[in-house]
Amino acid sequence: MTRKQKRLSLIAAAGAVLALSAGLILYALNDRIVFFYTPSDVSKQVLGPGTRVRIGGLVDVGSVDKTALPLIRFVISDGEAKLPVTYRGSLPDLFREGQGVVAEGVIVSDGLLQADTVLAKHDEKYMPKEVADALKAKGVWQGGAP
Amino acid sequence: MIVELGHFALMLAFATALSQMALPLWGALQRDPALQSMARYSAFVTFALVVLSYLALTYAYVGSDFSVTNVVMNSHSSKPLIYKISGVWSNHEGSMMLWVLILALFSALVALRGTAMPERLLASVLSVQGAIAAAFLIFIILTSNPFLRLGDPPPEGQGLNPILADPGLAIHPPLLYLGYVGFSVAFAFAIGALIHGRIDAVWARFVRPWTLLAWIFLTLGIAMGSYWAYYELGWGGWWFWDPVENASLMPWLMGTALLHSTIVMEKRDALKVWTVLLSILTFSLSLLGTFLVRSGVITSVHSFASDPGRGLFILGILVFFIGGGLTLFAVRAPALRQGGLFAPVSREGALVVNNLFLAASTVAVLVGTLYPLALETVGGAKISVGAPYFNLTAIPLFVALLFMIPFGQSLAWKRGDLYGVMQRLAVAFGLCLLAIIAVFAIVQGGPVAAPLGIGLGLWLILGSATDMVIRLVPRGATLSIIISRAMGLPRSAWGSAFAHAGLGVTVIGIAATAWGVERLAITKVGERLNVGPYAVELKTSFKRTGQGYREEGAQFLIFVDGQQAGLIETSKRVHAGREMPTTEAGIVTFGFGQLYASVNELMPDGRVSMHFYWKPLVTLIWGGALIMAFGGVLSLSDRRVRIAAANKAKRSLGAAAKATA
Repeated sequence: MTRKQKRLSLIAAAGAVLALSAGLILYALNDRIVFFYTPSDVSKQVLGPGTRVRIGGLVDVGSVDKTALPLIRFVISDGEAKLPVTYRGSLPDLFREGQGVVAEGVIVSDGLLQADTVLAKHDEKYMPKEVADALKAKGVWQGGAP
Repeated sequence: MIVELGHFALMLAFATALSQMALPLWGALQRDPALQSMARYSAFVTFALVVLSYLALTYAYVGSDFSVTNVVMNSHSSKPLIYKISGVWSNHEGSMMLWVLILALFSALVALRGTAMPERLLASVLSVQGAIAAAFLIFIILTSNPFLRLGDPPPEGQGLNPILADPGLAIHPPLLYLGYVGFSVAFAFAIGALIHGRIDAVWARFVRPWTLLAWIFLTLGIAMGSYWAYYELGWGGWWFWDPVENASLMPWLMGTALLHSTIVMEKRDALKVWTVLLSILTFSLSLLGTFLVRSGVITSVHSFASDPGRGLFILGILVFFIGGGLTLFAVRAPALRQGGLFAPVSREGALVVNNLFLAASTVAVLVGTLYPLALETVGGAKISVGAPYFNLTAIPLFVALLFMIPFGQSLAWKRGDLYGVMQRLAVAFGLCLLAIIAVFAIVQGGPVAAPLGIGLGLWLILGSATDMVIRLVPRGATLSIIISRAMGLPRSAWGSAFAHAGLGVTVIGIAATAWGVERLAITKVGERLNVGPYAVELKTSFKRTGQGYREEGAQFLIFVDGQQAGLIETSKRVHAGREMPTTEAGIVTFGFGQLYASVNELMPDGRVSMHFYWKPLVTLIWGGALIMAFGGVLSLSDRRVRIAAANKAKRSLGAAAKATA
């Protein structure tokens, strides 16, 4: 094999792997990401059933319903709009009424979120960042000292 | 008083780190031996000062000195000694102290072991290390000073975050930092080589043990972190593609590539410029990891209360070292003598493919980690990139790479014979196919990915085994020949076999997660619930008060084929002081699998809402990582790797005399 052929085969291999990974990344970024909304975002736009979303807001006080355990129902609110959520699974330790929460799942029908993941803040100071930003923008929550 | 001494030592360390940076570099550029020799002594002095400072902080923790803000915020006089010592790094300030301590330790080790290195290279390497140390020391002093006193000391501290009050805290951060920071040595060597404009196989021989050492620690650190999250958080998962996890995975992937490219460089004097670039990139990713975790741009279990000033400061350090390193690379790399080219079908060709795939998967992880941040920064939509993205990008690249590993291991240097390799691996390949079919037949149905994954893991193990058998068992071999060959085989060959087989073990553990069973149920006394091959039955629920917490939970009997086979207990604890609840998962190991229970709620009528998991072969995931690290240790103990420096020393009489003295 000549020097030129060796060099070309190296470049070809590098190009092929690069093209493969770039293709995968671009496809996945189009197809496999989840958008973050607040309940009022959801109420303003039409999200077809089956759309996967992440919703952030406060757990509405008095909305947590555990009568049908292990199915849990609660409502996420951002001061303007409310979104009912159903969830089958373990709630995080820091999930509380009136506190920040992020739920990820599928919109099933007419503004009901069937969540498969529920995240709450990690310590007494932490409000999920996206929730804090969204609520501050709406003036619902001012946030404590950082 | 001791605390003030520590504070003072920290500032003094900044000064000596500055001199460690400036004087040897000037000496290296001016070829002034006196200034160059300052490098080693500065490194020792900086290390001694940082140790002093670190011990002073530990002293404040152990003695529960609540006039120090940092101790008040993160400790409590009733904590056991181990959490007072490890509590030092349970918070932002202390963990940065640990970071710098480890950095100074590596500098001192390089200075200690580097007697055989060319004086100019050693001076430049230690100078770069000094620069990194100086940057992080001034960062600590200005933005994250752990020695600040309180005017009005409270009688008691706020205690450690209960999630962190775990032996994992004593192990995971030091291991991870030893890995992260260990790659700074390779970075410093790369910058040193670029300053000199000279790079050769000897350079690679000096870099390789340090890279290997860092890689071993990072492997253990990631595995430990994964296991800690698994048992502590109560979510039953071991990897979440969380940005903070990705921050540790990226330097590991890049470091693994670097580990392999230094072999090519050492053996064949090729891939030089690429290896230098990898050295810079690996440490850059370590710095990026530190930035992501410490700056608070990402919220996770790791983000301590943070202020934006710190994030900007670390970003500044990041830009300076990554930008500076890459700029120097762009300017000076063309001046480096290019290494030789080689045939595509050869061991070195296979290692290039390994590097390509590792680099590509690092990019995939990097894009997935940073894209949401970048999009938000430019004011775009808020998105989350999770497992679906990584499963589609990184996983196929990993699978392709894993499949090719046994071929690469068996190829000869210079000119490989792919057909011969295929013949040699035919038995292993056939066994893997049989195993896949057998697993399909036994399981009947279920996810297709699991048996294929098991086959892939087995392929790695059998591939390594085949390679060893071919090396050890010649035609008509007797036992004594095999033993003598086994003794004569370099340890690095054993190391590579173990590391790849360990990877295979991990792959099998990951593949088996597809057979995991998850049961969410309301349980009551006298009613059995099937969880995979086991059944559980509520024995009793309890509410009690422990030391520093109150808890409520439940105890279950475990049955195998109707026979009682043990107990599993899980609870929710609320820790006094912080009023912070945590879930204590119950874990019982059967073979390599684990039964995992986490309680959701005790209901008023005596029933218990529960989450059970059966996780077959799950312990193999971490066991494989241990085997990988063991392989790394074997390679590190190889005479050729260890004594590389000494061989060089023999050439120079003066250095040899110094070594014996």
